[in-house]
Amino acid sequence: MATFEPVLTRNWNVPDARTLKVYESRGGYQSARKALTTMDPDAVVNVVKDSELRGRGGAGFPCGLKWTFLPKDRKETLMCVNGDESEPATFNNRYLLERDPHMFLEGILISCFATRASTAYVYLRFEYINAYKIMEQAIEEARAAGHLGKNIYGTGFNLDVWLHRGAGAYICGEETGLIESLEGKRGWPRIKPPFPAIEGAFRKPTVVNNIETLCCVPHIIERGANWFKSIGTPKSYGPKLYTVSGHVEKQVCVELPLGVTTRQLIDDHAGGVWKGRKAKAAVPGGISMGLLSADELDVPLDFESLRKPGCLGLGTAAVTVIDDHTPIIDYLVNTARFFAHESCGQCTPCREGTGWMNKTIHRIKNGGGRIEDLDVMLHLANNLGIIPGTTICGLADGAAWPIKNAVAKFRGELEEYIRTHQTPGAGPTPLQLDIAAGRKVDLVTIGNAIAAPTAPPPAAALHSPGRPSA
Amino acid sequence: MPAEAPSRPPQKIAILTEPLKEKICALFPRYPSKRAVTLPALHMVHEHLRCVPIQAMAEIAELLEISPAEVHDTMSFYGFFPQAPIGDVRVWVCRSISCMLRGGDELLEHACKRLSIHPGETTPDGKITVEFAECLGICDHAPAALADDGRVYGPLDEAGVDAMLDELKKGRKDEAPHI
Repeated sequence: MATFEPVLTRNWNVPDARTLKVYESRGGYQSARKALTTMDPDAVVNVVKDSELRGRGGAGFPCGLKWTFLPKDRKETLMCVNGDESEPATFNNRYLLERDPHMFLEGILISCFATRASTAYVYLRFEYINAYKIMEQAIEEARAAGHLGKNIYGTGFNLDVWLHRGAGAYICGEETGLIESLEGKRGWPRIKPPFPAIEGAFRKPTVVNNIETLCCVPHIIERGANWFKSIGTPKSYGPKLYTVSGHVEKQVCVELPLGVTTRQLIDDHAGGVWKGRKAKAAVPGGISMGLLSADELDVPLDFESLRKPGCLGLGTAAVTVIDDHTPIIDYLVNTARFFAHESCGQCTPCREGTGWMNKTIHRIKNGGGRIEDLDVMLHLANNLGIIPGTTICGLADGAAWPIKNAVAKFRGELEEYIRTHQTPGAGPTPLQLDIAAGRKVDLVTIGNAIAAPTAPPPAAALHSPGRPSA
Repeated sequence: MPAEAPSRPPQKIAILTEPLKEKICALFPRYPSKRAVTLPALHMVHEHLRCVPIQAMAEIAELLEISPAEVHDTMSFYGFFPQAPIGDVRVWVCRSISCMLRGGDELLEHACKRLSIHPGETTPDGKITVEFAECLGICDHAPAALADDGRVYGPLDEAGVDAMLDELKKGRKDEAPHI
């Protein structure tokens, strides 16, 4: 690819690009007009299917294929747009919402036309306060200009777009968690099947797509599936918004063809690793996806290649760079804390497992680690998530992957840390050691030793169990 | 008056005002079920009162024709809606990976120390509530903080946190909800 022409970001530096007037003057809503007035819904689906556009939200599921799963004889279809971008270090959807809201609305319009959905709910995370205000205004403008509402462009197609705000729960980014949350319940993911295309929000066939995925749709309609497939790497086509943050000079969001490497992102777009240091590791696509070591930074960031270095996938293409002054245990402390905080509590292996990981990693960090903790954690990580089949959604896989990758790639450093950071008193108690080693424990003696009152309870302790009633 | 006349229990004063109720009910046509308005309703009440007390949940439940327990169930899942009022401005200091790598945890500690509160608490003058957050999606500003009127702060250092807190003490920047 000699010249790459950015499309998703093309209006970002235009003044007032978020207004309808400027957007229309730059050819906005022409794709929607083309689709609605000259194309059949199925033809739109076919173009998107031919382009092999893969979902940008994390899983990379082909978007057009997802649309064909809708039952043929459906009476009503709903569109849910996943704007609950809460994967740590990801902010590309926020840029799309804040800088070019009408491109997003055009994407919704075409996709709803293709899937015959007459209502679209945009589930927006609460933290995107400015994006919410901008989107509200954009929807207002689009409705007044006839791009939304009743009988759009005189074709008889109706569409309402409503914003629905989340309340700060990571799990609502999982599509069925999002649907539950939209219905006014706690955001507990559902067991699949039935998939949302068959029975989704309010028990109706529902399409759930990511913001960036929908933003690609107008360009595919405008330029055709072949143009889209001329960008990127095999099986991963099209432009992608990459975000780079962490230990880099410039934390940026850039649009590039799929398949750039982490090193290119760091050196060419983010100004290099900060303070002239070297990169020790990088997170390829949000913390759920695992960790790349310094010598794996040349792996292309696309949907396929990241399996090879043992990562879960491309995820949200949010690269976080970790410099060589940072101990890997700090990264683990952060990921374990995140997943323990965000586990929704529905499946026991995840609820308890993330909590255990958090406790174990914090204990190691605080100087109470044992070498065998690494294997215990690995065992736990291998038995957690939808890949071994013990949970409903993929959150637990996201919690397991940082541990699997870090232990596989940085075992030496972690063992060294455990050996050199021992704090007396932070480790396990003699009783815990006896139990762990399988030695016989005389619980009666221990119980008596604990229960035996040695002194009268202090006067302030009104509810001490041993206190005689006055 | 006969002594055995039944005395009426004192009438509770409704927390939800009529305009607020109308605003909630105006959302019903958007969704196939009334229950879907739970989150928007909670947000509206929270915006209005800076908290969602238990009685407000019961009143929301009455409007949505569901049980108060169902509203409480949803509300308590998110950890976003406090039951006692928070400060005029709520500020989240991010502690997720990009911010942590650049010192987010230390900045949260610094902010709390400066205000003499713990994360999740409100200053005694009721002006600022400081909370930690998992990724705010403003990693291009990392280490970052977000005020609940939409102001974004970052990249922060200790001096930046001090300046931010001074600015936040002056109050919100968005207009108050018109209810």
